[in-house]
Amino acid sequence: MSSEKTTDVDLRGRKVLLHDMCLRDGMHAKREQISVEQMVKVATALDDAGVQLIQVTHGGGLGGNSLQLGFALASNEEYLQAVVPRMKQATVSVLLIPGLGTMRELQSAYDCGARSVHVATHCTEADTSPQHIAYARKLGMDTTGFLMMAHLNDAKGLASQGKLMEFYGAQTIYITDSAGYMLPADVTARVSALRDVLEPETEIGFHGHHNLGMGIANSIAAIEAGASRIDASVAGFGAGAGNTPMEVLVAVCERMGIETGVDLFKLMDLAEDIIVPMMDHLVRIDRESLTLGYAGVYSTFVLPAKRAAERFGVPARDILIELGRLKMIGGQEDMIVDTAMSMAKARGLLKDVVRAG
Amino acid sequence: MKKIKCALIGSGNIGTDLIYKIRRSKVLEPVWMVGIDAGSEGLTRARDMGMKTTADGVDGLLPYVQQDEIQIAFDATSAYVHAENSRKLNELGVMMIDLTPAAIGPLCVPTVNLREHAQRVEMNVNMISCAGQATIPIVNAVVQVQAVDYAEIVASLASRSVGPGTRANLDEFTYTTSGAIVSVGGARRGKALGIINPADPPMIMRNTISCLTDDEPDEAGIIESVLSMIEAVQEYVPGFRLVNGPLFDGKRVSVFMEVAGLGDYLPRYAGNLDIMTAAACRTAEMFAGEILAGTLQLEPRKIA
Repeated sequence: MSSEKTTDVDLRGRKVLLHDMCLRDGMHAKREQISVEQMVKVATALDDAGVQLIQVTHGGGLGGNSLQLGFALASNEEYLQAVVPRMKQATVSVLLIPGLGTMRELQSAYDCGARSVHVATHCTEADTSPQHIAYARKLGMDTTGFLMMAHLNDAKGLASQGKLMEFYGAQTIYITDSAGYMLPADVTARVSALRDVLEPETEIGFHGHHNLGMGIANSIAAIEAGASRIDASVAGFGAGAGNTPMEVLVAVCERMGIETGVDLFKLMDLAEDIIVPMMDHLVRIDRESLTLGYAGVYSTFVLPAKRAAERFGVPARDILIELGRLKMIGGQEDMIVDTAMSMAKARGLLKDVVRAG
Repeated sequence: MKKIKCALIGSGNIGTDLIYKIRRSKVLEPVWMVGIDAGSEGLTRARDMGMKTTADGVDGLLPYVQQDEIQIAFDATSAYVHAENSRKLNELGVMMIDLTPAAIGPLCVPTVNLREHAQRVEMNVNMISCAGQATIPIVNAVVQVQAVDYAEIVASLASRSVGPGTRANLDEFTYTTSGAIVSVGGARRGKALGIINPADPPMIMRNTISCLTDDEPDEAGIIESVLSMIEAVQEYVPGFRLVNGPLFDGKRVSVFMEVAGLGDYLPRYAGNLDIMTAAACRTAEMFAGEILAGTLQLEPRKIA
């Protein structure tokens, strides 16, 4: 397909590395219930379509298996051991959130063949990652510093947090819009600020959620401002209203002349024939996922909030808005039930426990 | 009434907050503060409060241990220097309360196992971690009713209350706390998760404790045991408060807690730091009580 100059910035010939999130962020949308067979099926199709980087772990990453975040059908090691040997060209990556996962688990993932890692912290807490970033580099892994809930820090703050992670050894710094809250101008400002302070060889990445329908527009804004890696998910399979839908992004990139090296039609077939039939619910912008984007709430909170809503009789939207007001962040899933219970008490729907007799 | 004389090693936030806690004690008296920076705020404050100070580390204290009758020392430095501090002071018959993650002595949660340690005349006890102090009592309250296969705790800490040492060594926090859920709490398996939240104004420390019981939970028994345990902890941490639960979900029991500090030196939201200093002080008081009653005699000893 011919590309034409469609924006003020000419992106023709720009190369972008797409990083698929179906088998990690998509785990959230399946309440972590993706089987090893499904993982292999999706990963081999992604590999065949030319996707070069595929993330495979529990939705919460290494160490994610827990009452807090749910238990997956298999361990991270079992998923990795099944997927990695089947890859013809793709590299398999993992997610590690210090505080949830540890270096022991990173070593174990490496032993199973993972060669790339997102080391993720909240967007103001980069200094909880030095050990893990250094360890990943020592293992020779492709290492990114992944600044989550990036709307809760300004461009200048993110630039200094990214600079810290670069100092620890991260080779790529990500702006991660975990709440799907950002608008393109927010992305431009943040990526530009990073580009200004990072070494020229340090790459910039963007990870979007589609809660306000901005996944594609935000990713293009990031590329325009200097990002060279974009996280996306086939059919948008991910938390909340999903991630940036990869097949749509690839189509837009082709129109703009941005080179992804990914086969669009194969991705479209994968989305339609494999991913969508796997979904427990259609991953789309519905009332609750729109609330995430509108109120700036961590995308993973939506399904637990719906369950808490059913149990305690407080609408999920009310719970999500309150979690946004309380500035709860990724990892605080326990506060969803807690908040629902406190709201139910305030509304006379629930009482404190009392001693028997 | 006679008081047991104490030394505080480490003049940071924890050490400084300890001064206030110990001064309030009926059986403890803070006498020495040990730092490494003569100009530090902690040492200055200690001097202003009438304590003797040294900026030469623990070696600056050793010549005065006998003449000033120091019998208990609190170490709030780092895991790296704690072993040496402990060896030197134990040799002089001083008992160590370890607030670092070094954990060379047995782990102590006052409401769970303090009395055992005092009876065994341990010369070094470790206070685990803030999350451990805030959650293991609840795990143990459930364990006292019935067997727990798995206990998991989630600690949410205000960003401003988490110092550089913890930040740079988060895995240590995870390993130590996870291990103590089993060895002190009594669950068969344990896992600890830590979240650092930067909300402004800072959030008060929150902890969620979830247990999976072997058999169907005895709801009335667990509620009684958890509420009694909370009252026991409140004796030294009044801001240890049940927010929600116990919530029963099949064999899963969840308890949602908050820990507000006393606001001595550390702000009230830093319940995580306050529960460490309060638990350490409580532990020292138990040993001091035994010493004063003549049931415990500390002897100089060589540590292997």
